[in-house]
Amino acid sequence: MNKRLKLFIPVAIFLMMAGFLLFGLTRDPNVVPSALEGRPLPDFTRPSLFADQGEFSKADFLGDILLVNIWGSWCIPCHVEHPFFLELTENEPDITLLGLSYDDSMAEDRLFLEERGNPFDVNMVDLGGSLRIDLGVTGAPETFLVDKNGMILYRHIGVINNTIWNETFMPLLEQIR
Amino acid sequence: MTMTSKSLLALLLLSLVAPVFGAIAEYSFDSEAEEERFKKLTYEMRCPKCLNSNLAGSDAPIAADLRNEIYNQVREGRTNDEIIEFMSSRYGDFILYRPRLTFATFFLWFGPAILLVAGFVIVRRVMVSSQAQQGTETTLSTDEQERLSRLLGDKQD
Repeated sequence: MNKRLKLFIPVAIFLMMAGFLLFGLTRDPNVVPSALEGRPLPDFTRPSLFADQGEFSKADFLGDILLVNIWGSWCIPCHVEHPFFLELTENEPDITLLGLSYDDSMAEDRLFLEERGNPFDVNMVDLGGSLRIDLGVTGAPETFLVDKNGMILYRHIGVINNTIWNETFMPLLEQIR
Repeated sequence: MTMTSKSLLALLLLSLVAPVFGAIAEYSFDSEAEEERFKKLTYEMRCPKCLNSNLAGSDAPIAADLRNEIYNQVREGRTNDEIIEFMSSRYGDFILYRPRLTFATFFLWFGPAILLVAGFVIVRRVMVSSQAQQGTETTLSTDEQERLSRLLGDKQD
């Protein structure tokens, strides 16, 4: 190899590492990647939060654009998010809103919905707790956008507001409508 | 040290231990091997909510859910590999504090060893080439030799 060229090897290595680290700087370490985006919604059968409505399974929702929201009345950020969903269910009637609540606060959750309004088309309880693990949920609130074929397109951790909805969810919705 | 201060110290030290074992104490196992597996798995998996702690040391509700899940699976006799596969298919490789060997993590695993070997090779080559340079004999022409001894002679004066 040319001796002159050899001198540039350290520079090349430096540039490679600098590029690598620069790329690392652009990534937000607090964003937990979802293993389920692009994969089908896991199978489930779960009872309704309300005793008289029986139970629901994945097949009941195929053919709908589905928004699954994991929440609990004990979760304060969920209280913040709640008015947004009340508005959303008015503005976007073609989206099925599925509220999935934890199994440790059913009475409080019912009370919460009665007092503050129920934005969800279906209210389900994760009895046994395994559906939230199957979904790779990290906590509440968390929201999954599912297309008509039951594929998970996007998972959002934390509160959704109008800005997040318009910037992140709307472009995805336009693709699948 | 008085008796009271001794017992106070003991209490203080105990309070340091409690949070570590608190998470495990609520589970009972049939064998020590099962308990070891449970400990190993919850220590080597990351809490998805709190990012910088493992499942064993986290108070997040999801960490408790996942500890229960691991406990049940250990009790059902599923292997560590099966449990790790179960978790990473739901939470991604993100949940594993001990990264798996894939194309993306190749440099993570072997980078330090590669750099070490490369360093040895470079140092060796530099040493060999500098030795080779020292070893080459240079012959002086008669004029040069004369000049050299003149210079050396001048210095000695």
